[in-house]
Amino acid sequence: MRIPILKLHKYLLISIQTEIDDQTAIQFQEDLLAKIHKTGATGVVIDLTSVDIIDSFIAKVLGDVVSMSDLMGARVVLTGIQPAVAMTLIDLGIHLQNVPTALDLEQGLVKLHQELGG
Amino acid sequence: MNPRSCVNIHKEWDIVGARQLGREMAKEIGFGTVDQARIATAVSELARNIYLYAENGQVCFEYIYTNSQKGILMIAVDTGPGIKDISSVMQDGYTTSGGLGAGLPGVKRLMDDFDIESTVGEGTKIKAIKWIR
Repeated sequence: MRIPILKLHKYLLISIQTEIDDQTAIQFQEDLLAKIHKTGATGVVIDLTSVDIIDSFIAKVLGDVVSMSDLMGARVVLTGIQPAVAMTLIDLGIHLQNVPTALDLEQGLVKLHQELGG
Repeated sequence: MNPRSCVNIHKEWDIVGARQLGREMAKEIGFGTVDQARIATAVSELARNIYLYAENGQVCFEYIYTNSQKGILMIAVDTGPGIKDISSVMQDGYTTSGGLGAGLPGVKRLMDDFDIESTVGEGTKIKAIKWIR
């Protein structure tokens, strides 16, 4: 299974709609970095509105992909984290500090726009 | 007797199967969405530990009832190498696999009751209960 990555001007948009297993998560990590490299995207929004569980492994993959993209010069914002997922992550002891987040896709794009200076 | 439902864990995709079953059973007995997510996440952590460290095992669920409460019991059993030092694996940030080290201490916080038994060379058994509030 592969998660589709859409290009919109200089941004990449990803909406994760499937139940994420480990393999899908790792494949996504590779696909996203390859796409950033290929398109020269400067900003990425990963929308998690449809994701109803993030365990420690998926959290690590997401945190890593933010850092990896950062190294390549692309800013990633995670959006749409569900209330239940946020509560569960904190119970797990995962705070995803240093990971930019926004309430939804729209605000994620606004955040990127601000940070990247238009 | 309460019927028990189990998922065998020996490939990565079984982790997803286990957490789906856990979530469905939690939903069925009346847990709210947040607790369903807590339970599914706890299952995911336990199933992943089996997959990563023991390669083979099982995650089982059953409903439990007392006079005043009902809840779900999950039991994760494997015949893997066992855990030498349980107190260190229960510490936040301890990992031997490059993960976040959030798994077991996280499961303990996500659930209400937590019990772990492990014998080196024989395997590990973890029981965890979540009660409906």
